[in-house]
Amino acid sequence: MAEILSFSILYSTIRVATPLLLAALGGLLSERSGVINIALEGLMLAGAFTSAVVTHYAGNPWIGLLAGIGSGVFIAAIHAVACIQFDSNQVVTGTAINILMLGIPTLLSGALFETTGSTPQIPRANLIPNAPAVIAFALVPVIWYVLYRTPFGLRLRAAGENPEAADTAGVSVAAIRYTGVLLSGALAAIGGAYLSIGQSSLFTRNMTAGRGFIALAALIFGKWRPVQTMLACLLFGFAEAAAIQMQGVIPHVRVEYIQIIPYVLTMVVLAGFIGAARAPRALGRPYEKE
Amino acid sequence: MLELRNITKRFGNVLANDRVNIVVRPGSIHAIVGENGAGKSTAMRIAYGFYRADSGEILVDGKPQPIHTPHDAIALGIGMVHQHFMLVDTMTVAENIVLGAEPGTLISLDIRGAGKRIRSLSEEFHLAIDPGAVIENLSVGQQQRVELLKALYRQARVLILDEPTAVLTPQEVDEFFQILRRMREQGKTVIIITHKLDEVLAISDEVTVMRDGRVLGHRKTAETTAAELARLMVGREVLLRVQKKPAVPGRVILSVRRLSMKGRLNGISFVIRAGEILGIAGVEGNGQTELIEALAGLVGESELSGSIDFDGREISRLSARQRKELGIAHVPEDRQRRGLLLDASVAENSILGVHYREPAVTGRSGIMLDDASIRARAQRVIEGFDVRPANSELPARALSGGNQQKLIIGREFELPPKLLLVSQPTRGVDIGAIEFIHRKLVALRDSGCAVLLVSAELEEVTAIADRLMVIYAGRIVGEVDPTLATNEEIGLMMAGGSRTSDED
Amino acid sequence: MSRIQGYAKNAYPLANFLAPLRGARYTAQLMKLIRELTFPLIAILAAFLVGGILVALIGDDPIQTYALLIGSALSWPDGIGYTLFYATPLIFTGLAVAMGFRCGLLNIGAEGQLTVAAFATAWAGISFANSSAWMLIPLTCLVAIASGALWATIPGVLKARFGSHEVINTIMMNFIAVGVASALTQTYFKQQGDPILETLPIGDGAHIPRIGQIIPGIPARIPLNMAFVVAVLACALMYVFLWRTKWGYEIRATGANPNAAEYGGISVKKQIVLAMAVSGGLAGMVAINEVLGYRYRYYQGFSPQYGFTGIAVALLGRNHPAGVLVAALFFGALTRGGLFVDIFTEKVSKDLVLILQALVILFVAAEAVFRRRMGKTESQV
Repeated sequence: MAEILSFSILYSTIRVATPLLLAALGGLLSERSGVINIALEGLMLAGAFTSAVVTHYAGNPWIGLLAGIGSGVFIAAIHAVACIQFDSNQVVTGTAINILMLGIPTLLSGALFETTGSTPQIPRANLIPNAPAVIAFALVPVIWYVLYRTPFGLRLRAAGENPEAADTAGVSVAAIRYTGVLLSGALAAIGGAYLSIGQSSLFTRNMTAGRGFIALAALIFGKWRPVQTMLACLLFGFAEAAAIQMQGVIPHVRVEYIQIIPYVLTMVVLAGFIGAARAPRALGRPYEKE
Repeated sequence: MLELRNITKRFGNVLANDRVNIVVRPGSIHAIVGENGAGKSTAMRIAYGFYRADSGEILVDGKPQPIHTPHDAIALGIGMVHQHFMLVDTMTVAENIVLGAEPGTLISLDIRGAGKRIRSLSEEFHLAIDPGAVIENLSVGQQQRVELLKALYRQARVLILDEPTAVLTPQEVDEFFQILRRMREQGKTVIIITHKLDEVLAISDEVTVMRDGRVLGHRKTAETTAAELARLMVGREVLLRVQKKPAVPGRVILSVRRLSMKGRLNGISFVIRAGEILGIAGVEGNGQTELIEALAGLVGESELSGSIDFDGREISRLSARQRKELGIAHVPEDRQRRGLLLDASVAENSILGVHYREPAVTGRSGIMLDDASIRARAQRVIEGFDVRPANSELPARALSGGNQQKLIIGREFELPPKLLLVSQPTRGVDIGAIEFIHRKLVALRDSGCAVLLVSAELEEVTAIADRLMVIYAGRIVGEVDPTLATNEEIGLMMAGGSRTSDED
Repeated sequence: MSRIQGYAKNAYPLANFLAPLRGARYTAQLMKLIRELTFPLIAILAAFLVGGILVALIGDDPIQTYALLIGSALSWPDGIGYTLFYATPLIFTGLAVAMGFRCGLLNIGAEGQLTVAAFATAWAGISFANSSAWMLIPLTCLVAIASGALWATIPGVLKARFGSHEVINTIMMNFIAVGVASALTQTYFKQQGDPILETLPIGDGAHIPRIGQIIPGIPARIPLNMAFVVAVLACALMYVFLWRTKWGYEIRATGANPNAAEYGGISVKKQIVLAMAVSGGLAGMVAINEVLGYRYRYYQGFSPQYGFTGIAVALLGRNHPAGVLVAALFFGALTRGGLFVDIFTEKVSKDLVLILQALVILFVAAEAVFRRRMGKTESQV
């Protein structure tokens, strides 16, 4: 068991947790404003793909990262317009975006590189292995501060809890929600970029492999609070890292059983068994005056 | 101070405000009274910029002002406390109060400084509110005072209060009125929307009465009486007096003993006999809704105490379905929320509640819906109750309010009932349908059914009921003979006038 | 609020006008049909328009691409045969999602339900491989339905009992399903040395016939099988269930207005569990097509997001079985055509189909606002 707690598992825990944390923090901003974001998966894919492509052409990962963020914001804008302007069902729209982002990278990579969904290898020197991890963990206190210590944070929380109250107090619920959703696009995209131009050196089809949903699970497990969400990401990251290391160590426990722990825990939390997990009260409810 | 001039507002085809004129003098407490749907809240929401009037203007300090958003209203010194509090439960008092008007800089919210100001405001008006408390831990009365603070914090000179006492206990109401008087002393103007007449008399300087979207009168409170206000408020003309023979009461059908529900119903006892209509008069929100739902089986068993005997059988543990099977029909007060599947067809609505048994399902299978007999049933309802358009395939949504109501009543008559619970049967219904519904209720009585009729329309209950009880604050405050009692007497009872002094 | 609600006179001017000609009942239904069809058609057109722009941007001819897409889906026999084959799982998942919607639930867990069902079906097909077809086919079909239903009942019960949202729980259970199926496959049912994550083949007796074996003229290479017939039957059955039985009435009443349902003596909680179970059972029937009719085994990743495409199918089909059938055929055709687009165009790949699917969902979902606003002016709430 000693090797499970080794330095290497700590390191890989953080590596696994980083993209989750970025996406989860993004989801936090969106959901605290009242917009369900199950599009995190798609937003991560947008960031992963775009940053890989742009880094390949520009030869500079920072430009790639910026472009990735831009793409995340753009895709999030589709979600925002649909949910805020058109009162679409937020879950349905999020699902559509996930499907969309399964298709678009593959379509474009086919057109650009004649591959089935992957981008060309990027030289090692052009990767940003650690920057997103630093960004992710530095963002936790920043987002905590913004959420609880700034006027914007106050308004964001109010929009997600009771948009009528925010509106009657003279706050534009739509503007706040747009900001929340667009920021979620930016953060999830950084998380995606970390996968393609950080941990790996290219984009491959569906490379997020459900991480957006684990991030969502972490967000719920962390009860929509920044620090708890970080801890949830670390826990889920540890489960994944341990699962990889334990492969074959304990003969009769399959790695899949460890991998599903985050999901089971989330359901348990949601049913109210581990303290009350209360979602922002207006989550998923379009705000319409009158 | 604040003046509404010729304000008109439509929602769809409903005229919510029809050339409303209200003048509020500075430094006064001005009551606006009227039944639900009279247009009081709409008028005030227009003054607060929450809705925009279709025509008319708003004057503040004698000058016409364009108020398009609550922002504009706040800037002009108008504050509003909504009937449903606009508070974020999970946030603190201070956070709620500063929301939208945050002190400090963009990157730093000065919540401590705000707390100080809130504390001093709270002391000035004797509100006793801790700025650091979380809203969900506060009592309803305290939450209301937070709402007042919210307006005061924004330097409101005019406070509009929408049904502020609806949620308060009698003691809290007294305390609350003290606060309002203190505000008046400090030079604030207070507008209070209410339908409780005793409160109007207790607190206001002037009163405006609204009915059906129009202003019906304006009085100095000192120069009016509850009886006069009651008449203005509920005095909808019933074009035809209902023709009915004296009731011939038979055996006891329903016997309710000491029925109580925490904070809502307080030891209610009465009996209804076959062949009579028992009316319950009262200002809305005094427990009528809960009483009817409790009798219909829609209130959790654990929330109730007391006994309900129906036709010699204790039914308080039976489900809504079982009660229906015994012959208890129910016309709910809110037809769209409770009574109808708006997007389903008239035919489908005509079987709600009996959809699982013959004749809605075929006898042989006990499972399959019997289209022909459902359509026949719908046709009987349509013809018997003159539902228009006479098309059982139209969605219920496509019917007017009166026709929706006739559909529900017709459906419940089909049960067939031994006891009909009917609540606000003619609310939002046109005159022709009102008359029709009244005649049907009397005919049902004559056929030997017991009817429990709840209505906020005094004219309605006095015209139809054979016996009349008045409900106030969850208890029956008296019973009168509707043919002998005057509206003034009943109005006083409705306003809590005859309540006993040893109330707890 | 309202005193005068004289709107009904003008609600259906055309219907009223036509009434004497055809009978009010039919005109009302005709008008309804026209209204139901308008928005989905607009959504499809808009999706194709945006998709076309995308195709043009990456340097192919949109018109040619679409001609290829549709042409190859409608050729006889391969085009039609494969279109029907690809439509089959989508009919099941579309019905599953629609069933949830009808009760006011969003079951985005069809993917997990069909995964569990496929594994369970394979398990039954392997474990009882020596039984005769008469035994084995009904047994495996039953397992498919029951296991999907069971998997969906869990979030149903959690919602009814604890009020936890079915969307999150079904998402979580999608991943749990894949994890459990994969673990069990590797532990118990994997062929030694097989590099692919798949089970052993099911017994021959569990194979359901291909349509080519029954109707001459359809080549046997087309995997279209009896599951398609089952799917069409399921559409009919779902219609009967929802609109012709008292149970369906209760589910629809709950979805339309839970308050009124409660008033009508209907247990809302019971309906939630029941609707989820039926929904999951329908999703589980995907296994009949995939395991019993096509691959004859469970393998990891067999479903290209059937469960999620089911959402598009249900939305486009207006949550009505007939609509679901048509929408599933439409998406089946896209899937079939996509393969040819992949091969025969310069740059466009079959992923165009995914994009079109996503766009259709986006547009259909956004349409709700127009419907609501129209409804509002009509019904003056």
